[in-house]
Amino acid sequence: MAMFDNLSNRLEGIITKVRGKGRLTQADVDEMMKEIRTALLEADVNVAVVRSVCNRIREHAIGATRSKALDPGQQVVKAVNDELTRALGGETLAITYAAKPPTVVLMAGLQGSGKTTASAKLGKWFKAQGRNPLMIGADLQRPAAVEQLRTLGRQIDVPVFSDPEDPILTAAAGLEEAKRLGRDVVIVDTAGRLSIDAEMMEQVRLISGAVDPDYTFLVVDAMTGQDAVQTAEAFHNTLQIDGVIMSKMDGDARGGAALSVKEVIGRPIAFASTGEKLEEFEQFHPDRMASRILGMGDMLTLIEQAEKAFTEEQAEAAAAKLLEGQFTLDDFLEQMQALKKMGPLGGLMGMMPGMPKELKDAKIEDDDLKPIEAIITSMTPEERTFPNIIQGTRRARIATGSGTTVADVNRLVKQFGEMQKMMKKMGMAGKPGKKGKKGRGGAKLPKGLPAGFDIEQGGMDIPGLPGTPGMPGIPGLPR
Amino acid sequence: MGIEIIFLILAVLVIAFGVGVVVLNRRREGVQAPSQRTAAQPAAPPRPADELSTGDTLVEEPAVAEEPVAEEPPAGTLRERLAKARSTFAGAISGVLSRSAITDESFDELEEALLRADIGVNIADELLGGLRTRVRDKEITEPAALLDALDVEMKSRLAGSERSLNFETFDEGATNVWMFVGVNGVGKTTTIGKLAKQQVDAGRTVLLAAGDTFRAAAAEQLTTWAERSDVEIVRGADGADPSSVIFDGVEKAASKNIELVMADTAGRLHTKSNLMDELAKVRRVAEKGAGKVTETLLVIDATTGQNGLTQAREFGDVTDVTGVVLTKLDGSAKGGIVFAIETELGIPVKLVGIGETIGDLVDFDPDEFVSALLER
Repeated sequence: MAMFDNLSNRLEGIITKVRGKGRLTQADVDEMMKEIRTALLEADVNVAVVRSVCNRIREHAIGATRSKALDPGQQVVKAVNDELTRALGGETLAITYAAKPPTVVLMAGLQGSGKTTASAKLGKWFKAQGRNPLMIGADLQRPAAVEQLRTLGRQIDVPVFSDPEDPILTAAAGLEEAKRLGRDVVIVDTAGRLSIDAEMMEQVRLISGAVDPDYTFLVVDAMTGQDAVQTAEAFHNTLQIDGVIMSKMDGDARGGAALSVKEVIGRPIAFASTGEKLEEFEQFHPDRMASRILGMGDMLTLIEQAEKAFTEEQAEAAAAKLLEGQFTLDDFLEQMQALKKMGPLGGLMGMMPGMPKELKDAKIEDDDLKPIEAIITSMTPEERTFPNIIQGTRRARIATGSGTTVADVNRLVKQFGEMQKMMKKMGMAGKPGKKGKKGRGGAKLPKGLPAGFDIEQGGMDIPGLPGTPGMPGIPGLPR
Repeated sequence: MGIEIIFLILAVLVIAFGVGVVVLNRRREGVQAPSQRTAAQPAAPPRPADELSTGDTLVEEPAVAEEPVAEEPPAGTLRERLAKARSTFAGAISGVLSRSAITDESFDELEEALLRADIGVNIADELLGGLRTRVRDKEITEPAALLDALDVEMKSRLAGSERSLNFETFDEGATNVWMFVGVNGVGKTTTIGKLAKQQVDAGRTVLLAAGDTFRAAAAEQLTTWAERSDVEIVRGADGADPSSVIFDGVEKAASKNIELVMADTAGRLHTKSNLMDELAKVRRVAEKGAGKVTETLLVIDATTGQNGLTQAREFGDVTDVTGVVLTKLDGSAKGGIVFAIETELGIPVKLVGIGETIGDLVDFDPDEFVSALLER
């Protein structure tokens, strides 16, 4: 059995069927609800949470059966998205700092959930906010856990306090040390423990009592299954959790546990850890997670990352050039290099909404770009501006210069030409930036797209983009 | 990789970003022009954190709260040890038994319990589908018989696999290599530590190879375990090539007639293809010299949900996984994902971790596992 595709793919089949009818029947709703339920369960959403979420979605869906709107299927997708966003908690947790520093953060969770790494990542995050954190290594259980924290502390230039005597005394002494040193944030890393281990739960309760944290975060592995809820409840009962940190969100787990935990303990997901590097850590945006669970991509995170890599002027100029068909290979190279700054291409692809499966599955490594770069950099400025002039000897020269073959060069030039044509068409179809005007009457399916890149099926449209009022998908793109 | 697809992707991405950024910025109406543009992260010069306090000593060997080193496995079967786990099914079972007949609710309750144990929608459907048919055919009529049939059905799904750890006796100059792979935080290093002690107690000579050169202090953690079992350890510098560390371990073991090398590897998400390639290389290199990989054990955290199947498939693809170690099975009823792993991928569960002590890493007994799940 292949893992099922994401929920939106599942729904798509039914929606396509329904679309012709223009109306949803009870049977359609039943079929949809079954798919939704299965998809949520496969995303590890807790059974009880699935039940309540499904009941609410069903109500919307039944409403849609009575609706005379043109696209009841889309309405259901929107209902699912809205419901998930609601279940995940509408707003991003805002961190407020203690009036009398330091602000104390306590980290708790099961073994292996990623507390030590999350502590360091959080430390780095606080530093980026202009704070001066100190980390306390109160995990005296796992061999070398404190050593791990120290190493990470050195990497992010944050001091680490620990005392091998006793975790509770360590926490208390560490807090004093932070005050003495004038550090304004304290992060307490604790040992992993099972929620049913009464002795260890008592220990963490005492640590909490010793440092009186402003924030207690539960670190939850994104790959956790149904057990996440029981664990969260138990920790919440002992510690009064303020928020959850989802670790290992860079895998392909859909993170249904996140949704469940929020639903059950009523505390938001505060941060998500999205990679092995210490800066791969961000505040959690519930609306985006809903889209991810649905497999709709994460356009906003993508755009934020893009903003880090491109300046506004650059982006605007590039987009304008693209759409006017004046995009040269030089521009292309520049964009490609900027893209690489945003992170591995494969990861970026995953965040793109509505990417066809063929593209998502195509394993793109950044190394795959090297030959392209080599070919372009082997061209003269003239050739980069007017690739049409690349014929016979020029081709051979470029191939030799870049260590590729003439066929590779040919292909690149040809593809570039087709891309230009495609962009020009899109540019004529809908100029970007005309506010409020959806790019609906968009271009026809451009040539050169592989089969399966079915733009009509909502290839690039982002249904509703939850949580971003007034952003109706991306104008200028065909839907 | 076709150049076409790269082009297409780049084009789409460039456009989407370009247009997206422009639109978003316009929408903000210049309120906060290009926001979130963070400066590149400068590599902070490492400053010794130790400079700050007196109590700030390095923890070489935690003096307190140390994991107790049990010499012999604690009394009690897996089933007894997992007795706490029964609560998940207890409700469903008493629900089923409380009715005089088998109803739709009976199946709903069982389905929910199965799902809560992370068995997954598909396996749950298969298990219950068969039972439904038998109930319809009047083959099963009593609620208690339904539970028995489920028990039999679940056990039969896990029956017949070879679960012993593969160890070969080689002539001089060759050694067994057991590789441990898995995603981050599942307990690979701890598993090696416990298993090493058990193997030493069983009379085998063991060497540990600290192939996790990525996670900070992973080698220190394994060194602590090596000291506990009094076995040799080979480690490299932080960030060293894991293949060469493990190769060195194999060579050293072979030169000293050590029978078994237990090779740790860094936790990695199966979606990171560069890291998975690295793992494939580690496995190849482990057999380059005197080593023969006789076990590749995938360590999976029992709390893992449906992602566990994907993990098993991906790790299996690159390293030819021969068995699963299911860790952290204490706690609540869980670990249901092994049904999918065993039946769909044919990878047997060989060991389970049911507690903190060395004796708590035990052979997997499917009958006890199922009985513990379905404990009334």
